[in-house]
Amino acid sequence: MLRGILITVLALGVAGAAFWGYQEHQEKNAILQNAENNYQRAFHDLSFQMDLLNDKIGTSLAMNSRSSLSPALAEVWKITSQAHNDVGQLPLTLVPFNKTEEFLSNVGDFAYKTAVRDLDKEPLTDKEYGQLKSLYQESAKIQNDLRQVQHMVLENRLTWMDVELALATEGAPKDNTIIDGFKTVEKTVESYSETEFGAGMVTMKNQDENFQYLKGNKIDKKEAEKIAKKWAKPKDGVEIKVTENGEGSDYGFFSVYLEDKKNKTHSSMDITKKGGYPIWYLSSRDVKKQRISLNDAAEKAIAFLKENDFEDLDLFESAQYENMGVFTFVGTKGDVRIYPDAMRVKVALDNGDIVGFSAEDYLKSHHEREIPKPSISAEEAKKKVNPNVKIMEEGQGVILNDLSKEVFCYEFIGVLGDDTYRIYINADSGMEEKVEKLDNAEQIYEDVV
Amino acid sequence: MKIKSFLKMVAILVLIITLIPCSNFEQRAEAFSNQVIRQGAVGDDVLELQSRLQYLGFYNGKIDGVFGWGTYWALRNFQYEFGLKVDGLAGQETKAKLAKASQYHEDHVKKQIKEGNKFTHYGGTNINKQGGSKAPAKNQSGAQGNNQSGGQAKEKPSAQGNQNGQSGAKGNNAAPQQNNNKPSKVTAANTPNGFSQNDIQLMANAVYGEARGEPYEGQVAVAAVILNRLESATFPNTVSGVIFEPLAFTAVADGQIWLTPNEGAKKAVLDAINGMDPTGDALYYFNPDTATSSWIWGRPQIKKIGKHIFCK
Repeated sequence: MLRGILITVLALGVAGAAFWGYQEHQEKNAILQNAENNYQRAFHDLSFQMDLLNDKIGTSLAMNSRSSLSPALAEVWKITSQAHNDVGQLPLTLVPFNKTEEFLSNVGDFAYKTAVRDLDKEPLTDKEYGQLKSLYQESAKIQNDLRQVQHMVLENRLTWMDVELALATEGAPKDNTIIDGFKTVEKTVESYSETEFGAGMVTMKNQDENFQYLKGNKIDKKEAEKIAKKWAKPKDGVEIKVTENGEGSDYGFFSVYLEDKKNKTHSSMDITKKGGYPIWYLSSRDVKKQRISLNDAAEKAIAFLKENDFEDLDLFESAQYENMGVFTFVGTKGDVRIYPDAMRVKVALDNGDIVGFSAEDYLKSHHEREIPKPSISAEEAKKKVNPNVKIMEEGQGVILNDLSKEVFCYEFIGVLGDDTYRIYINADSGMEEKVEKLDNAEQIYEDVV
Repeated sequence: MKIKSFLKMVAILVLIITLIPCSNFEQRAEAFSNQVIRQGAVGDDVLELQSRLQYLGFYNGKIDGVFGWGTYWALRNFQYEFGLKVDGLAGQETKAKLAKASQYHEDHVKKQIKEGNKFTHYGGTNINKQGGSKAPAKNQSGAQGNNQSGGQAKEKPSAQGNQNGQSGAKGNNAAPQQNNNKPSKVTAANTPNGFSQNDIQLMANAVYGEARGEPYEGQVAVAAVILNRLESATFPNTVSGVIFEPLAFTAVADGQIWLTPNEGAKKAVLDAINGMDPTGDALYYFNPDTATSSWIWGRPQIKKIGKHIFCK
């Protein structure tokens, strides 16, 4: 009797467990399939975009009329950004696929630059035409390689989940048809050297000047420590550690770590080897309740910069983030603001200490500049501004434009409706270089019931 | 005995009754704290500034406690109309003039904010009709016209330089004392250009999931890597694209990104967005104790922060 009951209970238990297990298995499969489908979609989409890209570059080559060339190039630009987006959805982070992505963004930049240009005034040069041609050939090769991978995926029912597993568990990519396929694509692009893009492309790249404008002699660890002490003003008993940069860095720097064991805080900063300039400084101190105003904090930030011999800076923006004040300074030369020479100072609003500082932009771009004579007057520039914008302030400034080039502009701050805009008119050509909408404060969505 | 205690009660009651209006009165009389209010500031003083400017019809935006551009222009118009120095800073003189010319219904403003209502604070209209969740009153066309004409005036081209020059004189070290025990909540916050609060939250999630055991600059560094990837040609161009790129972050893969981040992570993200990059332009990082990929070891290394090695 007892045995009978026991057997029934156990049998029911086993059956129940089996059923539960089966359901879990089903669910897992459904989720895996779902993830796989997302990957597949991104992949096939990518290959489709590459087809399209090749087509569009091909047709733009054959175009003669300027009026149809601009839209075609804009289309190329759009497609590259979509393809780029698709790549970002594939688990390729650990596969060297950089060159292909770079290729895509280079094509996009090239297309953008030429599409926004007034091709009636400045038609494609022979060189640019040559570049377009070689881009066409290149994209054909990539398209071909990708189609091959696509074919294999479809033919052998390869799954991206396998790729992901191979990458995630082993770390190093194993032999895997898809991975190999992408490596082939990468090789194809690599053989197509960057030089073919010509000098024009260099300016489009993220400008990485590696502190080329810095003056001064190389410093050693001892001096770095001294400089850090001058900046951070550590109290007694603070441990200071200085380390050199790793070999992968583009420029030489010392990292200084100051640990205050008594107060359980620390701060750190990087100092360039050349000249010993502080790149950034950060303190981990807990900031208490606000006791000083943002305006007083601004005074502290200005005093701090003066004390450390930074000259010709203008307070450009101030903002309060809870109990921190962040101040952005830009360079000035006479009445002209030099926007690329930007520097930020973070002030704790409890006692006015400087708790953060970033001079990377400033150190990378600050140098003696010749401010050209404007060829149009401020009045003429003002006429270029949308007449609906009510101009409130005006000035002059050097900014980086869309193509990462420094241009000298008239600057207007104006109001349209409830929004404030900053508008830059090229002082040489009268072109509207940049229009910025200045952010209003954002609503907090918490507790707004 | 009984009479005594009764008398005591009465005395206390009388005290309370007299004290309530008294304390109210004190609050009303003392407009603003001592601070000079500048653009970018957040808090009670800004609420009052916006309310008072709206009372006079200079400010038609939302009273949210953040000194943004709308408030800035309104203040300048006010300064122009009242013959003050037009500098966009609410210093002692400006505040005194403003307090004299306008009223501030603090209880109304604070109550509406607390209840999350849409509200206005115009003068000449019954204040009690300006609350609730209905749209802002539209009966201020005269005042608005006034506002528009004020701005036509020629103003100094460089307000900022102006501020620098004269703020030394006005520099006032007095703390902005809060007249309430706890500062009331503002309904908006400054956000760095190009990022929404939600972007910041998402990044804070990623930073917390990836580096919650790390020193502060290690957290800033992780946020900086996300931003460096945003700028890089080889990574997606959106915050979500970078964070959710498959296999990019382990915290995303194992779901730790959905832990609730602490304030530190959020501060780290703000620091990174405000230009701090402790990594020296790194695009990758890994934990040498747990990383198995030989590929990541092959990347050129820049520096080590906490447990993470940052590389190109």
